[in-house]
Amino acid sequence: MKIKKNIATSENGFIFNPSTGDSFSSNPIGAEILLFMKSGKTSLEIKEIILENYEVEPAQLERDWEDWLLQLKDANLLDL
Amino acid sequence: MKLRYERPYLKKMNVGVMNKFGSRSDFQPVKFIDGVSVKSLTDKYGSPVFVLSERQIRKNYQSAVRSFNTRYPKVQFAWSYKTNYINAVCNVFHQEGSWAEVVSGFEYHKAIGNGVAGNHIIFNGPEKKEADLKLAIENDSLIHIDHFEELYKLIDICEALNKKPRVAIRVNMDTGIYPLWDRFGFNYENGQAWNAILKIVGLGKMQLVGLHCHIGTFMLSTSAYAIATSKLCDLAMKCKNQLQNPIEYLDLGGGFPSTNTLKGSYLPGVDTVPPIDDFAEAITTTILGYGFQQNELPMLILETGRALIDDAGYLLGSVIANKQLSDGRRATILNFGVNLLFTSFWYDHHISPAQDFTHYTEETILYGPMCMNIDVIRESINLPLLSPGDLVVVHKVGAYNMTQWMQFISTRPAVVLIDETGQTHEIRQAETLKYMEIPESVPVHLQHKK
Amino acid sequence: MIEPIPYVIAITALNAIDSPGPGLAVIRALREGLGTGLRIIGLCYESLEPGIYLHGQVDKTYQIPYPTAGAGPLLERLQYVHEKEKLDLVIPNFDSELYNFIKISVDLNKLGIKTFLPSHKQLEIREKINLAKFGKKHNLLVPEDRIIFKADELEKVAADLGYPLVVKGKYYEASVVHTLEQASKAFSLLSVKWGLPVIAQKFVKGTEINIAALGDGKGNAISVIPMRKLYITDKGKAWAGVTLEDNTLLDLGRDFIKATHWKGGCELEIMKDAAGKLFIMEINPRFPAWVYLTAAAGQNQPAALVKMAFGELVEPFDSYQPGKMFVRYAWDHITDITEFQQISALGEL
Repeated sequence: MKIKKNIATSENGFIFNPSTGDSFSSNPIGAEILLFMKSGKTSLEIKEIILENYEVEPAQLERDWEDWLLQLKDANLLDL
Repeated sequence: MKLRYERPYLKKMNVGVMNKFGSRSDFQPVKFIDGVSVKSLTDKYGSPVFVLSERQIRKNYQSAVRSFNTRYPKVQFAWSYKTNYINAVCNVFHQEGSWAEVVSGFEYHKAIGNGVAGNHIIFNGPEKKEADLKLAIENDSLIHIDHFEELYKLIDICEALNKKPRVAIRVNMDTGIYPLWDRFGFNYENGQAWNAILKIVGLGKMQLVGLHCHIGTFMLSTSAYAIATSKLCDLAMKCKNQLQNPIEYLDLGGGFPSTNTLKGSYLPGVDTVPPIDDFAEAITTTILGYGFQQNELPMLILETGRALIDDAGYLLGSVIANKQLSDGRRATILNFGVNLLFTSFWYDHHISPAQDFTHYTEETILYGPMCMNIDVIRESINLPLLSPGDLVVVHKVGAYNMTQWMQFISTRPAVVLIDETGQTHEIRQAETLKYMEIPESVPVHLQHKK
Repeated sequence: MIEPIPYVIAITALNAIDSPGPGLAVIRALREGLGTGLRIIGLCYESLEPGIYLHGQVDKTYQIPYPTAGAGPLLERLQYVHEKEKLDLVIPNFDSELYNFIKISVDLNKLGIKTFLPSHKQLEIREKINLAKFGKKHNLLVPEDRIIFKADELEKVAADLGYPLVVKGKYYEASVVHTLEQASKAFSLLSVKWGLPVIAQKFVKGTEINIAALGDGKGNAISVIPMRKLYITDKGKAWAGVTLEDNTLLDLGRDFIKATHWKGGCELEIMKDAAGKLFIMEINPRFPAWVYLTAAAGQNQPAALVKMAFGELVEPFDSYQPGKMFVRYAWDHITDITEFQQISALGEL
């Protein structure tokens, strides 16, 4: 799962897709994950970091991760 | 110390319609009801659960009485049983001094069971069975006649019992509002109401003591009540002057709105619904200005239901799951649906989370758990990011939900009353399978062989 | 030389688009009438209201909750804006937001934010369903109408009023119909879209004239400027217009202000028939989008409103220039996507 190369993200959670013209915003954890994804970390690595830093059960994160990918796909931000 | 987790969330910035996605928050979590924690209520009584505030009910009642009492000398409220007839609720009203207003034999017997004196029960409605009418006559209850069939039936019963019951007629009329509730009672404009009065007074088998109307529900116009009052006053004057039959009371029925927001209305109910004071002003100034002698002023009866209890009721429930629909919209499934929240068909209910959250919100559809497509609590609502297991509080559900709820697919939950000291009382237990099956019987050939 | 007054004034309706809100016209009139010390705070609902991005006109913009959220959230948001900006005055310019602004005007005043608005009662008497009644009461001509709840009333109403007939939605939209079939169709469309009732109004043929007026709330018309629309867009908006000199129009404006004791700006939409009779078609409870023309013609209505809001005694204007004309034009303002993201996500720019 890779984020498209040309997607512009900012630390405060703004995302701009220059190929479609769409803008998005995300909550802080979403912004953090996006930056990790852009830096080339794998899903596994990112989930590990989240589990380490946030108060969340692995099962919950796993479900939310699926949902997150669906959101990214829906937003046309994934390089499939 | 780990950071507080929230599910990662992405939101498209729409052009045109503004994103409600800012540093501010329209929401506050509602963690307590009358000082009792929402979590403790669901822990103890299950989720979902209806919760009623006795303090709020009494406050509403006293304030409504004050609105009328300060303007008019003779005022009597009668609790509209169909709005919420759980006995504990009825008895709060009866303790406060309210009579009972019932619309069926079932409700009539409930009122008797609650210890309401027979002559403090108003018997309304289009269907009153013969046995119920007889009982009402024996108890000296106030019978409000709905149609000529009933009028003739009553005359027959009076002859058989050799009693002279106290009655009123229900009058329907044009008050400039739509729809006109002309299916109930006798019409004022076409003279039907006056004919019914002539018949009752002329035959002398019953005492015509009152006139009743009930012009609609969730009425937002106070002027309609002024018109209705003036038409009842006109009939009352004619009764006195032409028939020498003074009228003892005018019953203006119910219909005052609560502050819920009706679907399709542009502004929220809290800002636009007229306060009871405005209705009281319209009604009482009309009677006082109609020319009755001070000692002949009729008693004013009000059958207010919704406005006295809606905001005293809460429905607590839990999030079952979040979903993304095929078109990208978000959806949240709750553990209560239209089976319990009948009023979600006509209100956009205000719903609050019961735990802390960040200021990030998403627009979502709220579905109930019924396996039925129309089970929608809110077609669109902006809520913080809820997770399975989170609790929510639905506000202003005290009227009609605990009487119109459906036993469909699942059983109905407990109803809890928080008394004025903050103690909780289960005033209706959650239904069980066993309870539901008590009236059932299975023929021998269909019985499951053990 | 105008003495600069360092007022901070919040303005809504920054949507200077094809069917424009009056906000930018009000700002232009205020900047011209009140000098350079002015700080204009924009209040917006949507992220593409052009005024948000015109930093020369609007110093800073804050998003406010939609009217449907109610008066409470609006007050809360304005309190926040007030903490940052120390507002002196707010001038709302949308019909649909006025109810809430009037509702919170007392609270705003307590915070030190002034308003100069009509009352709820004044707002109500000019609503479409009440206008005919109002006209009758005050001897002002309003086309005869019927309030309709059921489609089967249309036949009788059409017989009473005759064709063509104007079928109007409760809040917005209208269509001119010539047959019962068209009338029924219009009824069902408008009742679905705007709810019941629907209004059927007698059709009046004539010239469309608009009047911008400003009342002091005591029955005096401080300014009345009539304008004839020279060209109308397909949305019914004036694209160009010219000020008129006609005492009957001025009198009508003054009569309306006197009858209602109107407080604040308003716009009367007038139809002048062949016989010269002036029918009031609609009354908008705020400044029109063309209100800058009043300033250009010599009666700066927005600036006069500000002065009255701050308690200054303002004498009614006694003259203006007829023949002043406006031509509306479109302009592509250039900005960067980050500005859009900023206002969209944070509600401030």
